[in-house]
Amino acid sequence: MSQSFTLGRRGFLQALGSLTLSFMVPLDLAYAQAPAKLPGDLKTAPMLSAWLRINADGTVTLMIGKVELGQGILTAVTQICADELDVNIERINIISGDTAIVPDEGTTAGSQSMPGCAPAVQQASAEVRQILLGLAAAKLGHPAEALKVADGTVTGPGSSKATYWELVTGKELEREATGKTPLKPVSEHRYIGKSVTRVDIPAKMTGEAIFLQEHRPEAMVHGRIVRPPTYSARLVNADTKRIESMPGVLKVVRNGSFLGVIAEREDQALAAAAALESVAEWEVQNVLPGHENIYDWLVKAKSEDKEIHKKARSTGGEPAKVIEATYQRPYHMHASIGPSAAIATMGSNGTLTIQTHSQSVFETAPAIAKMLGLDPAKVRCQHMQGSGCYGHNMADDAAADAALLAVELPNRPVRLLYTRDQEHKWEPYGSAMVIKTKAAVDNQGNVLDWDLELWSTPHGTRPGGEPGNLLSARYLEKPFKQPVPRNGGPPNYAADRNAIALYDFPGQRVLLHFITEMPLRVSSTRGLGAYANVFAIESFIDELARASGADPLEYRLRYLKDKRARDVLVKAAETFGWDKFEKKENRGRGIAFAQYKNYAGFCAVAMEVEVSRRNGRVRVIRVSTAADSGHIVSPDGISNQIEGGVIQSLSWSLKEEVKFDTARVLSEDWASYPILTFSEVPPIEVSLIDRPGEPYLGTGEASQGPTSAALANAIFDATGVRYRRLPFTPERVKAGLGV
Amino acid sequence: MVDFRLNGRDVSVDIPDDVFLLYVLVNDLRINGAKFGCGRAQCGACTVLIDGEPVRSCLTAVSAAAGRSVTTLEGLREDGKPGKLQQAFIDEQAAQCGYCSSGMILQAQALLDRNPNPSDGEVRSALDANLCRCGSHNRIVRAVLRAAKEA
Repeated sequence: MSQSFTLGRRGFLQALGSLTLSFMVPLDLAYAQAPAKLPGDLKTAPMLSAWLRINADGTVTLMIGKVELGQGILTAVTQICADELDVNIERINIISGDTAIVPDEGTTAGSQSMPGCAPAVQQASAEVRQILLGLAAAKLGHPAEALKVADGTVTGPGSSKATYWELVTGKELEREATGKTPLKPVSEHRYIGKSVTRVDIPAKMTGEAIFLQEHRPEAMVHGRIVRPPTYSARLVNADTKRIESMPGVLKVVRNGSFLGVIAEREDQALAAAAALESVAEWEVQNVLPGHENIYDWLVKAKSEDKEIHKKARSTGGEPAKVIEATYQRPYHMHASIGPSAAIATMGSNGTLTIQTHSQSVFETAPAIAKMLGLDPAKVRCQHMQGSGCYGHNMADDAAADAALLAVELPNRPVRLLYTRDQEHKWEPYGSAMVIKTKAAVDNQGNVLDWDLELWSTPHGTRPGGEPGNLLSARYLEKPFKQPVPRNGGPPNYAADRNAIALYDFPGQRVLLHFITEMPLRVSSTRGLGAYANVFAIESFIDELARASGADPLEYRLRYLKDKRARDVLVKAAETFGWDKFEKKENRGRGIAFAQYKNYAGFCAVAMEVEVSRRNGRVRVIRVSTAADSGHIVSPDGISNQIEGGVIQSLSWSLKEEVKFDTARVLSEDWASYPILTFSEVPPIEVSLIDRPGEPYLGTGEASQGPTSAALANAIFDATGVRYRRLPFTPERVKAGLGV
Repeated sequence: MVDFRLNGRDVSVDIPDDVFLLYVLVNDLRINGAKFGCGRAQCGACTVLIDGEPVRSCLTAVSAAAGRSVTTLEGLREDGKPGKLQQAFIDEQAAQCGYCSSGMILQAQALLDRNPNPSDGEVRSALDANLCRCGSHNRIVRAVLRAAKEA
């Protein structure tokens, strides 16, 4: 691994040949005036030196707090940096998610990397370029306006030249951004707006070490843990003597109901964990509602109720009719292809270092410190890439478990890896939800009053510095209690994300029933509540359109005022061929739309399906999407996210449901929790609408919601049956068809 | 002691012969191009080739490789550069997280070795038991078809 993994920030910077950075240069005149508002995450980390280093060896080091999850963020910000700094993209090395080195940009989630990190990198790069130009002007004796830059070489009148690499000694960047340096005009972008090869893909395709799982520090040993059979089970007895003498076993760790082993070899750790599991005796209770009863449970559970939106109707007459519907989504898994892993080392200097694929290194490190009673300054998390996570999976739990083992065997890096069933059964799922909609319509079927009520358990139990949010901390001899989750943020934020329809109905009311009790462990899963809320809204508006005999696209456009929203809908319909569609037997078309969070990326999805009346199978024939993510940095990056989101949402909506009985989770592998496969994946067309100069909106979660509703709407068009309970499995479809 | 060929060179590992091949490759032979996904032969992330045939190394005892030739993702490189199929995956940007990629590429290589000009449907069928969670399926199919076309 690179040297940076063994050095703290200071050591790291010195290793690059930069000067000590412990003093501030006097504020210059520009900054002494009222500071302009800084963009993105520069607001919380304004020092230019926190983001960028110009190195004597002709390279640039870009340091960011956001991390790569497969969404391509490292590449997008590298493109931006190269453009604003005026260097070739190959010169830029990036360090991300190391709590000892990079700026704290919080958690990498919520499609916030482009809105938060990208503008910060852009402004910081522009300001560093301006500083470098100033240095060059002084050196060359020409005004900055007379200088040109190409790939880090500054050229002045005559043949005078200076390079970034010789101009910078280190201290020049140790100052805060002013927010006043203008950005380049779009016409001067070389990389922004173009699809470049993602920086991490060649290594991944050729087997170079890039994943956490391929990090093999010297003297590494292997850890495995044994989980209880159910959430509420407690360890009664475990005779670990025999296991301690098994080949290669270095340590058996028992702390309350937490059980783990450390062995020299991975196969030895596996054997010891299996033996440990066989000797553990547990007290088990039956306390779960079961997956068939979860929707009844949700609407009856104690809840915090909040009217998050109310718009009283001032026009229109008496309603002619009231239409109602109830929609349900089950628990979903993140279901990462690789189970979570981490490597922890308790150093002789008392510092615990953890390589992790966590999305929230800055919150997970202090949570682990608190769990272990360590000084937070002595716990360092370093992000390394893992399998795609799609939200809060078990990455943080793995980091915590590796730490629990590593403190028992100092000076040996302990690699902890979960089994498939541990990941499937213990990860925090996307919450099951119930959504009831009601509309009062006039004689022409126009909406007068729109009413939406939703029931959900939490969508956010990330570590947040609290050990009680780390799974194993709740099972220790001195257990940490899980904090009561909040719904967080302003209305429309988490469970209620996208619950407020963007349609301009005369009257609208949205009521949230937030349930803090959690029968199954839950947390942020791609889109949070938006997946189900958009499913309900976009299914229901389709129902209203059908009830009034209107075209579902035309009906939506009646109520949609925002131009960008209208544009994606119209674009998706055009590429799909909405107007030319010829209805065939058992085939149907559906369309749906959402602006993620009502302020991020716009996405519309149209699709054609075929439904087999014989076996209830839904085959998606083709999908056309349109997306507006603001100013496009990487067209292919956005397409990849939209496409992947459509496929994952189709998988959720056609196949996925976490099954559980009154005691335990039953979905323990890919056979009991199947996902979409190659033969089931339809062709997907993505049309992008570029908005040069507009803010970056982020894309990662934009297509999840619209896909589920477009699917339901297409199935209705094909069969005349409205399916409101996800997923649309062959059994459910057959039951609906009465066959 | 188990002896076999790995990516064209002879290797010898002192290990009980019932240890699964995946752990031997990853830990003893420091191979990156085989990933642990499920340990149940359900996902394909650990796929490698033994004498050209794809196997799930997570449930294949290392003894099954004895005296035979094992190919991992590393073995598809050509002169230190990405091989044709690997380059096609790069050109099509056929990944998001890339964790399933090595299994996909080896499964696809086995297909191309026996059917150099597969149809879209044949590629999908050959890869149907390899799971991808990010939704890169269509890109992966395009990459395999591109490699076939460029071969």
